Amino acid sequence: MGSAIELDALKFGWKPGQLVLDLQPVKIDRGEQVFLKGPSGCGKSTLLNLIGAVIRPGQGSIQLLGQDLQQLSGSARDRFRADHIGFIFQMFNLLPFLSMQENILLPCRFSALRRQRAEQRFGSLEQAVGHYLDDLGLNDRALLQRPVTELSMGQQQRVAVARALIGAPEILIADEPTSALDSDSRDSFLRLLNSECQQQGTALLFVSHDSALQEHFHRTIELNAINRVMQGAL
Amino acid sequence: MILLNLAWHSLLNRKTSVLLTLLSISVSVMLLLGVEKVRTEARSSFANTVSGADLIVGARSGPVQLLLYSVFRIGDATSNISWESYQKISAHSKVAWSIPISLGDSHRGFRVMGTSRAYFEHFRYGQRQLLEFQQGQAFDGLYDAVVGAEVAKKLGYTVGDKIVVAHGLGNTSFAKHDDKPFRVVGILDPTGTPVDRTVHVSLEAIEAIHVDWKVGTRLPGQTVSAEEAAQMDLMPKQITAFILGLKSPMATFHLQRSINNYRKEPLLAILPGVALQQLWDLMSVAEKALVAISILVVFTGLIGMLTVLLTSLNERRREMAILRSVGARPAHILALLILETTALTLLGAILGALLLYAGLAAFKPWLSSAFGLYITLGPPSPYQWQLLGMVMIAGIMVGLIPGYRAYRYSLADGLSVRI
Ligand SMILES: Nc1ncnc2c1ncn2[C@@H]1O[C@H](COP(=O)(O)OP(=O)(O)OP(=O)(O)O)[C@@H](O)[C@H]1O
Ligand SMILES: [Mg+2]
Repeated sequence: MGSAIELDALKFGWKPGQLVLDLQPVKIDRGEQVFLKGPSGCGKSTLLNLIGAVIRPGQGSIQLLGQDLQQLSGSARDRFRADHIGFIFQMFNLLPFLSMQENILLPCRFSALRRQRAEQRFGSLEQAVGHYLDDLGLNDRALLQRPVTELSMGQQQRVAVARALIGAPEILIADEPTSALDSDSRDSFLRLLNSECQQQGTALLFVSHDSALQEHFHRTIELNAINRVMQGAL
Repeated sequence: MILLNLAWHSLLNRKTSVLLTLLSISVSVMLLLGVEKVRTEARSSFANTVSGADLIVGARSGPVQLLLYSVFRIGDATSNISWESYQKISAHSKVAWSIPISLGDSHRGFRVMGTSRAYFEHFRYGQRQLLEFQQGQAFDGLYDAVVGAEVAKKLGYTVGDKIVVAHGLGNTSFAKHDDKPFRVVGILDPTGTPVDRTVHVSLEAIEAIHVDWKVGTRLPGQTVSAEEAAQMDLMPKQITAFILGLKSPMATFHLQRSINNYRKEPLLAILPGVALQQLWDLMSVAEKALVAISILVVFTGLIGMLTVLLTSLNERRREMAILRSVGARPAHILALLILETTALTLLGAILGALLLYAGLAAFKPWLSSAFGLYITLGPPSPYQWQLLGMVMIAGIMVGLIPGYRAYRYSLADGLSVRI
């Protein structure tokens, strides 16, 4: 099994001379589910932006699925993200003006690869959407018709999971997706997320400052423990 | 394709502000096209009004004024010219035909024009077309009248109807020549010129209805019946103007000069084309001002659109981050915003054009009755297409501004969704 994410000597600062991240090497395998923990402001979201190929590191290398991001041009990195990475944010993941189905299908609109994969596996995009909605307990007809803004927080986050998973990207990045949920829906959400990633063999990088969640994951990485910037400050 | 879909739904999602923006753009486009339309239509309808006339002669005043009151029925003559002068000049050896014109009375808001039968034989409009009758024929008897197409249509006249001429102009003139009613003997084909809005009678009839009148009022105790008037000497004493057709256009300037130097009376002879050109020169300042104003109004509309898009942009940073996370490139974000402004401008332009056509269709009768402006509803002219194209380009350029902002945002924000 190859690695999904490999970070080596990664350094990054938003402003010149002010490093936020100076990381020891990190390696996450394909299909591995990793919990990334750290207090607020320690650079978790920044790291996800780096791995998501949205910002470039100052130094060091990021390898995703064996591909060095540094060697990709701007638009190639955008395409790589579209093809291989799914995202779930803290809240308000959905575009309010699109239907639930269109929200879920967004990655397939920007990535031909993910559309192909979804079609190959389920026959059609509609069937793919149906599959995820079934799995995530959103297969209520009445729900489908309603504007996504009327969905509950938990329902919205589950739609976001379907969107992140459709077309089977190899990496799923979730930035505190449970912080807006109550503890019951948080647990059921996590179970669903874990089992879906398991099924598709998706590597999951899950970010939170809530240590109580770490039992749901294969492994925990404490950001401050591998971040030399923080150790210097301590 | 996905971008079109996104732009469309995103616009639908912001209905109120989008509709208001659309409205302001479409009204401004309507104004821009409307000014252009009225301008060109005014020119062509004026240019069509008289054709084939070599000289127009009236009392000495300005050439434009003479042109306006004699053939366009706009404004009034300051003074008349004597019948003798008319007789003398129209008898000139170079003159092929002449049409006398006597104005001053009206019929229910339409002007009454005294003339001779030469009018129906020689007057030409548009592409040198002669007047045609849709019903009846030219006047023959003293109290016969020939009405223009619009008069007949609006007042529902047919041949044989009796009409009463009012003294002076204006719709509500109380002084009526009701003792000497006229009979409609002919109705002209529509011409799209002031002829349509004119009641034509003979010069003698004008004389007859005024025998017992002096300076605008009926002479007290001196009523002359229609029959008595018919027995009197009805040789006109004055007319308002006359139109001359010459045997050879070579003589035009020579004759014009000699009329302008006529000793017995101060006269003015004009070449219709030259006077029309002077009219255009006169109007071009106002036209330019109108065009400039309408262009500014279009800019105001576009700036309104820019304001709406820029203010909504901050709320939409989340939308941009979501799009980025599902694989949209910064270029997609830029394209999305340009697409939105393009769609808004395009819809605004289409709506504006439709509004204009609807408005013109609705106000067509009023424009012709109030301003003598005969509008034809054709497809947009090449120049109007050009204007629309420029509006589109300006709209797309305006879209670059929020597009670039969103592009910068999406680079700076990355995937961090900020509320
Ligand atoms: N777009 C940005 N531009 C400039 N500085 C930024 C930006 N995003 C984050 N930072 C800074 O980088 C540091 C790390 O922020 P980051 O958002 O990565 O923290 P975090 O661990 O995700 O915090 P939280 O748990 O509150 O989400 C902070 O000091 C923050 O101010
Ligand atoms: Mg964060």
